[in-house]
Amino acid sequence: MTIQQPGATSSEYESVIGIEVHVQLHTRSKMFTAAPNTYGESPNTMTDPYTLGLPGTLPVANKEAFTLAIRVGLGLGAEIASYTKFDRKNYFYPDLPKGYQISQLDLPVTANGELPLSSGKVVRVNRAHLEEDAGKAMHSSDDASLVDLNRAGIPLLEIVSEPDMRSPSEAIEYLERLKLLLRYLDVSDCDMEKGSLRCDVNVSIRPTGSDTLGTRTEIKNLNSFKAVEKAIAFEVHRHANVLAAGNDVVQATMLWDEDKEETRIMRTKEESADYRYFPDPDLPPHHISNSWIEEVRSTLPELPWVREDRLRGMEGITDYDAGVLVQDRAVADFFEDAVATSGDAKATCNWITSELFGVMKERGDDIAGCGIPPSRFGALVRLVKDGVVGSGGGKKVLQAMYGTDKDPATLVGELGVGQISDEGALEAIVRQALEANPATVADIKAGKKKAAGAIVGWVMKETKGSANPGTVNKLILELLD
Amino acid sequence: MTAPWPSIDALAASVRSGERSAAETVRTALKRISAHEDLGAFLHVDEARALDDAQAVDRRVGAGDDLPLAGVPVALKDNLCARGSPTTCGSRILEHFAPPYDATAVARLQQAGAVVVGKTNLDEFAMGSSNENSAFGPVKNPWDTTRAPGGSSGGSAAAVAAGIVPVALGSDTGGSIRQPAAFCGTVGLKPTYGRVSRYGLVAFGSSLDQIGPLTNRVSDAALVLAIMAGGDPRDATCSNDPVPDVVSGLDGGVEGLRVGLPKEYLGDGIEPCVRQAVATAAQRLAADGAEVREVSLPHTPYAIPAYYVVATCEASSNLARFDGIHYGRRAEAPNLSSTYERSRTEGLGAEVRRRILLGTFALSAGHYDAYYDRAMRVRTLIRRDFEQAFDSVDLLLSPAGPTPAFRLGEKTQDPLEMYLADILTVAANLAGVPGLVVPECVGEFEGAALPIGVQLMGPMWSEPTLLRVGHHLERTRGEMPAAPTGGTA
Amino acid sequence: MIEPETVLKVARLARLELSGDESARLAVELGRILSHVDRLEELDVADVPPLMPATGGSDVYRDDATGPTLSVQDALGNAPDTSDDCFRVPKVIDDA
Repeated sequence: MTIQQPGATSSEYESVIGIEVHVQLHTRSKMFTAAPNTYGESPNTMTDPYTLGLPGTLPVANKEAFTLAIRVGLGLGAEIASYTKFDRKNYFYPDLPKGYQISQLDLPVTANGELPLSSGKVVRVNRAHLEEDAGKAMHSSDDASLVDLNRAGIPLLEIVSEPDMRSPSEAIEYLERLKLLLRYLDVSDCDMEKGSLRCDVNVSIRPTGSDTLGTRTEIKNLNSFKAVEKAIAFEVHRHANVLAAGNDVVQATMLWDEDKEETRIMRTKEESADYRYFPDPDLPPHHISNSWIEEVRSTLPELPWVREDRLRGMEGITDYDAGVLVQDRAVADFFEDAVATSGDAKATCNWITSELFGVMKERGDDIAGCGIPPSRFGALVRLVKDGVVGSGGGKKVLQAMYGTDKDPATLVGELGVGQISDEGALEAIVRQALEANPATVADIKAGKKKAAGAIVGWVMKETKGSANPGTVNKLILELLD
Repeated sequence: MTAPWPSIDALAASVRSGERSAAETVRTALKRISAHEDLGAFLHVDEARALDDAQAVDRRVGAGDDLPLAGVPVALKDNLCARGSPTTCGSRILEHFAPPYDATAVARLQQAGAVVVGKTNLDEFAMGSSNENSAFGPVKNPWDTTRAPGGSSGGSAAAVAAGIVPVALGSDTGGSIRQPAAFCGTVGLKPTYGRVSRYGLVAFGSSLDQIGPLTNRVSDAALVLAIMAGGDPRDATCSNDPVPDVVSGLDGGVEGLRVGLPKEYLGDGIEPCVRQAVATAAQRLAADGAEVREVSLPHTPYAIPAYYVVATCEASSNLARFDGIHYGRRAEAPNLSSTYERSRTEGLGAEVRRRILLGTFALSAGHYDAYYDRAMRVRTLIRRDFEQAFDSVDLLLSPAGPTPAFRLGEKTQDPLEMYLADILTVAANLAGVPGLVVPECVGEFEGAALPIGVQLMGPMWSEPTLLRVGHHLERTRGEMPAAPTGGTA
Repeated sequence: MIEPETVLKVARLARLELSGDESARLAVELGRILSHVDRLEELDVADVPPLMPATGGSDVYRDDATGPTLSVQDALGNAPDTSDDCFRVPKVIDDA
């Protein structure tokens, strides 16, 4: 099949997209047992009798996983269940040693939340429920599979949206915003490469303007947001072609083939699994008290979109700036702390996004790893703003701030990058410059004010760059006035 | 004639005092195991390990540890995990399985100085009432080797009845401790659901299963319960409430006690000799100051159907892990899907597969409300029956089964008939209440002299009362003869 | 009543193999047991809550503390087949 732009069908049909996100909660221990919740350890070293599904072992729920699930519920503005329970989802698979997964069927820990998109549109979140992760089955060289159960039993929160998204880009924005929220809430590192965030997507199409839902397919095996975007576009187009040929879309679960960039059918509704859910008799039900909910609420951070709005209100901060700053809660925190010292939001933002990010990238650091306290960074921005150091000198100071706890003013002195901004100190050399460049002076006097740049250059050369060029320029124009 | 075991309290005291060693006590039990091999009561015995463990107890005693079960030999039903010991559940699929961990109840007994001498035979995965569903052959009743010891804890009951060990642990999902205790003439206690941790008990019906002791006398059962009972961080269904003293009040008598005879448990189909045993016990209680009256448990006819829904649904899920993938026996097969099917079909016996099919059907799409959900609601009605009865009486006295031990092979042809024989024991599991079987007499049934037990049931957590009354019945009953087979060693 | 085809379908769900004869015999056996179970329909349980849990307890949690892990040797000790410190199984095809 050739892939056309999904836009080719978009005037006739509208796509309807819902997303299920599985996020691993970063507890210390697993959902129902004390084996450690880790990533990247050698195979089958992070198990205990329960993780292996050994007969006679029993689950006991991890309280912290509930607390993290409540955080997410509150972050989504959702209802937190006052009464919740676990159910067994029965199926056979080599990565599922008990032959069932403990999940939540009809009483999820939280339900009816909302996630706002930048357009102001709100995506409804139907529910989020706790469950345990499965292990990992990998293909071996000799056509067998190898099973590692380190991952088995890690707490998962499954977050299910309503089918509220209408385009691949809306779906991606939902995912990006959800990931941002989860990271703000500090419940998971949401690293798709490590599998700590995974998603399945439901897609259907319907005639534009219709309010009934078409037959949907579910796409699995989506390993990146890019894959999500491509898979939705592919599937929307496939549905449109099926309908255009006068056929019906078959309700099915599809697998995304990353290499071929196409979906293929995994199973149809007729073959759909019968999970034989029933309440897990090993786990008594749970009541979530208001006091527990309030205790969790009191530790919630400002949500990223609320913060974005607030930053946008700061002087000089554009929509773009605010968007960049809130992408990482630690960066936004750093920014706000630095502004408290620098007193200049825009300059601080520029110094973070161009200079600090550059240095961090060179060194492979993140904002916490750079070791520069925001107050000291703010002080540097302040020195530049006050003309004590130029931007070139400031960059040298920033490099030097790594690995030392000296304040930037001291470094300016040590590095000899201080700038002369005092008009009195600069007046003599400016006069000297005017005398040495009579032709240029004539040009300026004739109205070519830009010609002053040549004189500024002469002064900078004579002072080995230590003069504040802004001050020099101002003096030239004043003296010739 | 094999000397009967003294009370385990006296036995442990004699080990603590140095009168005998744990090692020689365990050696006696091991000798009796070999002498009674023909009963088929044991599936695995590791003599060297048992003797090592006994010597370790002797060292602890020597070091001054005050061990309440010092040197007491104990047998475990083979669905209880003990680290490194084979735990087969009477099933081919676990023929070579050895768990790397201990059941909580087992660990507590060992901590108290008990020594595990072997694992006992059972109906496969505890599914059965005759011990004929074991993949490793049936157990014979020490009173009459042509008869069933009852099930599913048949090996544990036979081992105690034959005098091999003074105490064995069993598990009770629908009567699997109490019915074999009645068939073999031993004491058998199913504690309140949640009194003893299930951690390390291979699950059959998770909301019904309890571990309990089979012993020669009520005081032994009380002591063992006292040591096993109480909260366990590894079992969320095990109560963390403090366990009341079940040992020191045993001699408290029955003066003023209100005893109910549930009329539904004494209707048609109860053998006259069984009915007579209950009547005799009731008369003794009345003579000693108890008030005996008839009560009703009106939902009794629904107990068997509710039980077989709940137990098989839970079992169908609990036994999904036996698939030949991560442990246990794997069948040769060309691909993954037939590996699952053949491993389970070859590894699991006919009755287990029948119950898995029944439970899978009952949980499959469209049937949940009609079966599991409805049965769980009927459980509420059955529990309310008990609560209402316990408004007017302190405990219930009833038969433990409609007949004494039936013949081996007699009921294996018809699963439904076998299920119906559980009528007098399943309600306690459905309601969660404790049940105690105490031997009452030896009666004549089908020309054989067989023990007959009576069952006491009480409110949730009423083990102190139950054991006190059981102890009173035992004390006022007179000496029970030992099982004839017990004398051959 | 229960049809042999239903028994076969249920057997597939439970990963059990059945021959045609067995499914016919089991259809009869299970049918008899189910007709006994159907007595439960005599009771009006609409307003009766399910007994859950059996003890009446609730709100049991673990603190989020890690405990001991098994060695790879112990973890794989009972496995029918292993390779590269993993459980080795016939090839998994995506059909979950």
